[in-house]
Amino acid sequence: MVAPMPATISVRGLRKSYGAVAAVDDVSFEVERGEFFGILGPNGAGKTTTLEMLEGLREPDDGELSVLGLPPWPRNPALLPRIGVQLQASSFFEKLTAREQIRTFASLYDVPSRRADQMLGVVGLDEQADIRAEKLSGGQAQRLSIACALVHDPELVFMDEPTGALDPQARRNLWDLLRQINADGRTVVLTTHHMDEAETLCDRVAIMDHGQILQLGPPAALVRQLDTPVRISVESGQLTAADAKALARDEASGDAVSDDGVSLTVSTRDPGAVLAGLASRNALAGLRVQGATLEDVFLELTGREYRA
Amino acid sequence: MSWTALRSLSRAMFLGFVRDRAALVFSILIPVLFLVLFGSIYKSTSAPRVSVVEVGRVSLLDQAEAAAPGSLGKVLSVTHSGDLAASLDAVRKGNEDAVVQQQGRTLIVHYSIADQTRAGIVQALFSSIVQQADAAAAGGTAGYQLTALQVEDKSLKPIQYLAPGLLGWAIASGGAFGAAITLVSWRQNKLLRRLRLAPVSVGSVVLARVGVSLVVALIQLAAFLAIATLPYFGLKLSADWWMAIPVVICGTLAFMSIGLLVGAFATTQQAATAIANVIILPMAFLGGAFVPLDFAPAWIRDVSYAMPLRYLVIGMQNVMARGETAASALPAIGILLALTAALTLAAVRVFRWDAV
Repeated sequence: MVAPMPATISVRGLRKSYGAVAAVDDVSFEVERGEFFGILGPNGAGKTTTLEMLEGLREPDDGELSVLGLPPWPRNPALLPRIGVQLQASSFFEKLTAREQIRTFASLYDVPSRRADQMLGVVGLDEQADIRAEKLSGGQAQRLSIACALVHDPELVFMDEPTGALDPQARRNLWDLLRQINADGRTVVLTTHHMDEAETLCDRVAIMDHGQILQLGPPAALVRQLDTPVRISVESGQLTAADAKALARDEASGDAVSDDGVSLTVSTRDPGAVLAGLASRNALAGLRVQGATLEDVFLELTGREYRA
Repeated sequence: MSWTALRSLSRAMFLGFVRDRAALVFSILIPVLFLVLFGSIYKSTSAPRVSVVEVGRVSLLDQAEAAAPGSLGKVLSVTHSGDLAASLDAVRKGNEDAVVQQQGRTLIVHYSIADQTRAGIVQALFSSIVQQADAAAAGGTAGYQLTALQVEDKSLKPIQYLAPGLLGWAIASGGAFGAAITLVSWRQNKLLRRLRLAPVSVGSVVLARVGVSLVVALIQLAAFLAIATLPYFGLKLSADWWMAIPVVICGTLAFMSIGLLVGAFATTQQAATAIANVIILPMAFLGGAFVPLDFAPAWIRDVSYAMPLRYLVIGMQNVMARGETAASALPAIGILLALTAALTLAAVRVFRWDAV
């Protein structure tokens, strides 16, 4: 009989309070080897504190915690070379070029400069090697920061809001890089409050609020579980009002029709019938079908009221 | 402790310093400019020639000049004027030291006691001129003769206190600001946290930072010595001047530990700079860096014993300029090291890795 492989991360009953505030309140989860795991939550939900305890930067008040089979607290020098942590894009030495930064970080892990230079290429910064870190664009600095976290080839990588302030191009670009990092066999744990990011990248997500995990599972499963109507919209003017009304047959289960003069939108739990109806009336111009997203799950769980 | 890590951390920090123009200007250029500026201003004040306005004709001055040609000019510079009121006004304003008139056999000397040293010189000078003239008039040969021999001048020339004083201030600022700002900015940009997550010892990080500060302090020392010993400024190094090197090293450590403590409390770079300024600037005046303690009021001299900067400045001054033995710097070194130990211990206790 083969013993099951221990989880890369195992957390049981984790707690951490700051004064009277329970930042992390009885959190339990496991992350498997090679998994891309996301921790989602609004600001102040406790995701950063959870991450910091996993990294060994903070001491848990209570609970069991094992990372790669080792306790991360107190600072565990046997664990440090096996994990990579990506912090803010500004966590660099002053006035050093991209190449000097990554070589300095490499030397802390006894990694040769040659490997550091290669890593710069992996994140696509070959041409920026001689530019000082503070002169890099936001996306480039973020890539450098990730390269510095990966230079010693860690098995497990932690990332805290990696696409924070990036423009859409830079974000997509970075997503490709993160997928590649995960595809290379590394376990990745990421915190974010961008739902699209979690949905596209993560194998599983934990949605946190008020220090607790509200839901845990693959993004698609969480969305399906939500059971919200699908919104189907086409260009206005292809159907008469009566025809449109006829499409939403099952009003009892929440079907509804609206027309704002630009789009005719039908919300339904039976999208097949509606689509067939539209097709038979040859009214599919400008068709868009929108299901629920992880964002809907998130808002459902954490509420819609604004928090500063 | 890994040597590779220590070497590359030192290299990274040193490059960071050298490429930071503001740091270079503040730690090296400005102190050196101060030395050049003050060194030039105070250079020529040591020769106390007395300036005298001769109103009307003063034959006694001519007699004195005739009796000992050239010697009077060494101590006296004489200008002529016919306007007594204007000349007296010049004395009142301190532009001239005295006005002399002769009315028959009476020599009248007008002087101000605003500068007591000058007043004393003026009085002594003219009474000796009168006595000599008296003796000559009596036709007697003088029974006694005065031969004056100058002893070696032990009082400090301006460059001898300016160089150690300004250098002490430069080293104190460099050490304190360097440590405080590094600590605060690394905590702010999370580099401190990043280093904590790497398998590198805290000792390596601290050692690298201290090493860089020591190199900077020794560059400051070299620059000051190079300039102060130029013939123009005329600092003559005493035999045991090399003992200034350990004093500089211990002073740097002491002020870095002050900076470390400041950095542990301050949360922003601005706050760190302000707090370090509040500590260093008054200390520069009270610890003998800007105001030489030899000329300072008694209360400053008393207060100076509580100023760490005093020991750095006096320690350097004794072995660099006063010609004292290497051993004379040992008490200063001991006090600076004890201070370093105490403050570092305190800084470690209040040290924070993170802002929260």
